[in-house]
Amino acid sequence: MNAASHQTDLKPHTTGTDSSVVLTGAEVLLRVLAEQGVEVIFGYPGGAVLPIYDAIFRQNAIRHVLVRHEQAAVHAAEAYARSTGKVGVVLVTSGPGATNTVTGLLDAMLDSVPVVCFSGQVGVPLIGTDAFQEADTTGITRPATKYNYLIRRPEDVASCVHEAFHIARSGRPGPVLVDLPKNLMVGPAPYSAPPRTPHPSYQPQTEPGRDVIARAVTAMKQGRRPLFYIGGGIINAGPEASAALRRLVEKTGFPCTSTLMGLGAMPAGDRRFLGMLGMHGTYEANMATHGCDVLIALGSRFDDRVTGRLDAFSPGSFKIHADIDPSQINKIVPVNVGIVGDARRVIEMMLEEWDCTPANPGQPIDLASWWHQINEWRAVNSLGFTQDMAPEAIIRPQYAIRRLHELATATGRDTYVSTEVGQHQMWAAQHFGFDRPNRWLTSGGLGTMGYGLPAAVGAQIAHPDALVIDIAGEASTLMNIQELSTIAQYRLPVKVFILNNQYMGMVRQWQQLLHESRYSESYSAALPDFVRLAESFHGRGLRATCMGELDGVIEEMLAHPGPVVADICVAQEENCYPMIPSGAPHNQMLLGPDQDDEISAEGRMLV
Amino acid sequence: MTTQQESPVSAVISIQVENESGALARVIGLFSGRGYNIESLTVAPVDETRHQSRINVVTTAVPRVLEQIRAQVERLVPVYRVAVMTRQDPHVAREMALVKVIASGERRADALRIAQAFRAHPVDASATSFVFELTGATDKLDAFIDLMRPLGLAEVSRTGVAAIARGAAIL
Repeated sequence: MNAASHQTDLKPHTTGTDSSVVLTGAEVLLRVLAEQGVEVIFGYPGGAVLPIYDAIFRQNAIRHVLVRHEQAAVHAAEAYARSTGKVGVVLVTSGPGATNTVTGLLDAMLDSVPVVCFSGQVGVPLIGTDAFQEADTTGITRPATKYNYLIRRPEDVASCVHEAFHIARSGRPGPVLVDLPKNLMVGPAPYSAPPRTPHPSYQPQTEPGRDVIARAVTAMKQGRRPLFYIGGGIINAGPEASAALRRLVEKTGFPCTSTLMGLGAMPAGDRRFLGMLGMHGTYEANMATHGCDVLIALGSRFDDRVTGRLDAFSPGSFKIHADIDPSQINKIVPVNVGIVGDARRVIEMMLEEWDCTPANPGQPIDLASWWHQINEWRAVNSLGFTQDMAPEAIIRPQYAIRRLHELATATGRDTYVSTEVGQHQMWAAQHFGFDRPNRWLTSGGLGTMGYGLPAAVGAQIAHPDALVIDIAGEASTLMNIQELSTIAQYRLPVKVFILNNQYMGMVRQWQQLLHESRYSESYSAALPDFVRLAESFHGRGLRATCMGELDGVIEEMLAHPGPVVADICVAQEENCYPMIPSGAPHNQMLLGPDQDDEISAEGRMLV
Repeated sequence: MTTQQESPVSAVISIQVENESGALARVIGLFSGRGYNIESLTVAPVDETRHQSRINVVTTAVPRVLEQIRAQVERLVPVYRVAVMTRQDPHVAREMALVKVIASGERRADALRIAQAFRAHPVDASATSFVFELTGATDKLDAFIDLMRPLGLAEVSRTGVAAIARGAAIL
């Protein structure tokens, strides 16, 4: 390293109030983290972040959780954030440490999760020289983050880190990366308080306009077949937003459906809740979406997994869309009323407006025939399945999740569920009833296999006394299986509930439906013995191979005070229904295996 | 809200950004990442005291996509304001070109005469070549370059479009 130029970069600055106390950049970083309320960092050390790890060693205010792969650090931080409402924090080294976070950062981007990721970087004088473990981290992560920084001057450390937290948590939340050159962490840096005007060009609108709320409520009052379609924005707006939503649904008497990310905002058992909509949503939710005359989208974004065939999505409905991100409005589906604002404020103002807007003149709102229709759809029981109850019978995955839900509920413990990605994820969304927000941790937008196990780590760290279950598939869970070591180190009583069908189930299902059952590379060959795998990671391994063993395994798993991997051997070729095949509208769902042959050539082109 | 009937229109997207490292990369990365076309691009600092730069992007898209571009660019953290200027919006759009013509004899005289008609200034001359500087609307530059082609057009360097709204309206 060029000592002379190194020295100029380290010239102490005497700005700010604390110029008398000389802190290193690493110490300034930790001081700002503490001020931002950070309690936990998920991370993995390496050369470029050694000064920061040294500063961590010499303090006790912030706990560090050592993961076994940097991607897992981000997923753990995401689950920490989603289950607490706080910002999740990640610390990784330069080069491969930083590039390993990219999947997690993009996952947080698509699901709007507030995460701040600190990556080490080679010293400023070495940037651009292909130094050891150098990567253009800000370049690589630019499209995977809401914002990122490469800090080049000691006086920017404190202000940028303060600002990073502000940007991550405000507006539409998202991941922010701060790249920290090593020499700035070693050398002196001035401390400064949070800037009064963080980033002047960044001014997210959170307060909706009164006039658009009034227009929305007027349309809602004229609806004869109205429907709320809520999404993850409600969860991000905090538990108060869910509470307000429940009041709004009760006051209006409207039915409500939810996206994958919105589950828990409405209680699963509420009579006005129709379940999830979209590709694997319930029949009643999708038929109601297709047939409604006023659709009120709150904190949802018309994802292709929700809309199905776009030109047939909710035809003829008057559409209201509230989102904190103005770019989401009219992005996919043109709407009649667009509302920009925080979901909680939107709902609260709708509640106020509802009381002062007169009903349609001379005609009180009568939703009886709409509810009659919905109840007919409900009677189809689209999530139904038949389970042979004989002790030797094969376990169906839906039944395993239902029993898991029932027995977990019976413990009376606060329960957090994470998932991997695939069939088991959809079955968990369909059959594990969520009654409270922030309890459901899943990778929605990016669909990241391997999310669930590290997410369970993050949730259990945030809620040490809660019951945390990773509902997994045997293929996904292998993608971050190394986190069993993290679980062992911190004695986290995480329960890994593997629905083992020996296939990448959703891939196999699509190959069956779209590629004439040519199961190309979707068989999970050479699987480990999950029981012995658990034992080798100092946990308990359990296995259920037939119905007679299921309840016993679940009960033992829930009762055991330490980590458990439960290998639930389930029906191998079970498909996830109901299903809107690719390219089909909402009113043409496949309810079961008898209707498999209707996917159009156009549909095969879609993902 | 009829999307099928809409036809693509040309637009200048003028973006006022914080003059910071990576701001231009964020904007153009958004264009390429979301499949929007960039026909020309200019960027320069315009306000030293407030650390602001102006980026002008010329693109062609249907109005609904233009609106989506505006919304997507506007939500970038370092972006202050975005204006989308189409033919309907009164604005001035200009670019500058440096055009090198290598010719002798009659073709050389023709090139000089046409340049005068276009108010293109010869800013460099040698025994066998001219460099013309020409400012104007994009179609004027296109026309001039087309006329130079048979007269020995050798090289063109264009700045891309800078645009500003007419009247007292500001971005």
